[in-house]
Amino acid sequence: MIDVKIEKKLHGANGDMKLSVELSIEEGEFVALTGQSGSGKTTLLRILAGLEEADANIKVGGIIWQDSKKVLSVQKREIGFVFQDYALFNNMSVEDNLLFVNKDKNLANHLLELTELKELKSRLPNTLSGGQKQRVSLCRALMNRPKLLLMDEPLSALDLNMRNKLQNEILTLHKEFGTTTIMVSHDPSEIYRLANRTIVMSHGKIVNDGTPKSVLLETSGSQKFSFEGELLDIVKVDVIYVAIVSIGQQLVEVVVSKEEMKSLTINKKVRISTKAFTPSIVQSN
Amino acid sequence: MLELEPFILSFKLAGLTTIILFILSLPLSWYLSQTRSKIKPFIEAITALPIVLPPSVIGFYILWTLSYNSPIGSFFHEYFGVKLVFNFTSLVIASCFYSLPFMVQPLQSGFEGINKNVLEASYISGKSKLETLFRIALPNMKPALMTALIVTFAHTVGEFGVVLMVGGSIPGETKVASVAIYEFVEIMDYESAHLYSAIMVLMSFVVLLSVYLFNHKQNKKFSSI
Repeated sequence: MIDVKIEKKLHGANGDMKLSVELSIEEGEFVALTGQSGSGKTTLLRILAGLEEADANIKVGGIIWQDSKKVLSVQKREIGFVFQDYALFNNMSVEDNLLFVNKDKNLANHLLELTELKELKSRLPNTLSGGQKQRVSLCRALMNRPKLLLMDEPLSALDLNMRNKLQNEILTLHKEFGTTTIMVSHDPSEIYRLANRTIVMSHGKIVNDGTPKSVLLETSGSQKFSFEGELLDIVKVDVIYVAIVSIGQQLVEVVVSKEEMKSLTINKKVRISTKAFTPSIVQSN
Repeated sequence: MLELEPFILSFKLAGLTTIILFILSLPLSWYLSQTRSKIKPFIEAITALPIVLPPSVIGFYILWTLSYNSPIGSFFHEYFGVKLVFNFTSLVIASCFYSLPFMVQPLQSGFEGINKNVLEASYISGKSKLETLFRIALPNMKPALMTALIVTFAHTVGEFGVVLMVGGSIPGETKVASVAIYEFVEIMDYESAHLYSAIMVLMSFVVLLSVYLFNHKQNKKFSSI
């Protein structure tokens, strides 16, 4: 059981705001932390790790990490942390990166095997691809059998295929180690696959907290497709107007009427929705 | 006639200065790279002073501070029987001031060039700041480390003004290569001056070339893919 109560004044890009979070997490839970950038997600993670100062009460498994009287140093908190930019030790081989944390060779071998890195164990990090680096970083974070695993957008720098592969590995490792995990992510499919609880933050506060399904499926089961996107342009084609909208990695063309067009502004967020009575679903390659 | 003594003296001075400065500069440059304190610019400005000041100014102040008439000089003379000017010890002290920025600045920028997350990853792994400094920071900034050590060494070998003012030209004690060359020119022994100078040029070139070759190789190694 992890109990957290944090207050901190932040001077962010969007002006001053107050981070104010109260939270309990069950042991073994996989929590996805999401919300707009600048909402305080990374700061929350860093405070939990002990990398940032704050007015905080943090209690993990009955042990006080931080309260008004004492602050346990980052070295003593027994956490794992996965950075978005991997943060590997470039002067050490893959294996030594793991052994630096803890001299347990068996555990290192086991982790490298689970993540298919065994062949690369004597390589230097700079000779690895982004996906391989992040797997090393993930293994390293688990080397001290952490009580809490924190991941700050671990997969956002990777391409879609690699992301899927690593999501599976994160899932495998989470099942194997049962580590209580908090992961910052912006990717709904990633959150849906990995997390059993989703917390949405906005301006330093928790604004939504529930299962990924209840939080992410905003239309909650109605037969409706609804996508957020950015309106890039509106072009006139003969007598109709076509809006070009960017949704995820795709550009979509939507016919709009003259009246609709007047209510739209280019470069603003838009929502496209339609009733889906008979959608067809086909597996893609 | 080629005497090796001035060269040996130069290298002994440079070697000692480099070792002492490395030990002193390591905590200082680490502190400067990590701190967000308001006094940082003041410390940075003070450490950079020897770059802009004429050597005679540094020499003058060191003489003034260490001579018999000063509190420090008289203290050492009275209690330890040590003279702090016009001997080898004074050369080492003077060189440490004179070459300080050449050690601190490359080390500091080396430390600053290390990804903050990497240092934090080491703290998270349970390692202290000291262990992180030696096992993560220093091994990941070998070019900066090399530059700091070699340039400090070379710069100390190349110093002249401060050495002359603080040490004079006592053979075997303070008469380093640069001072020896100055004296050859003064007595118009151009042949010896040529020989000594050529040796200095050659040695300096070899030293600098080896630094740049090393850094070139390191950069290649660390930036593959």
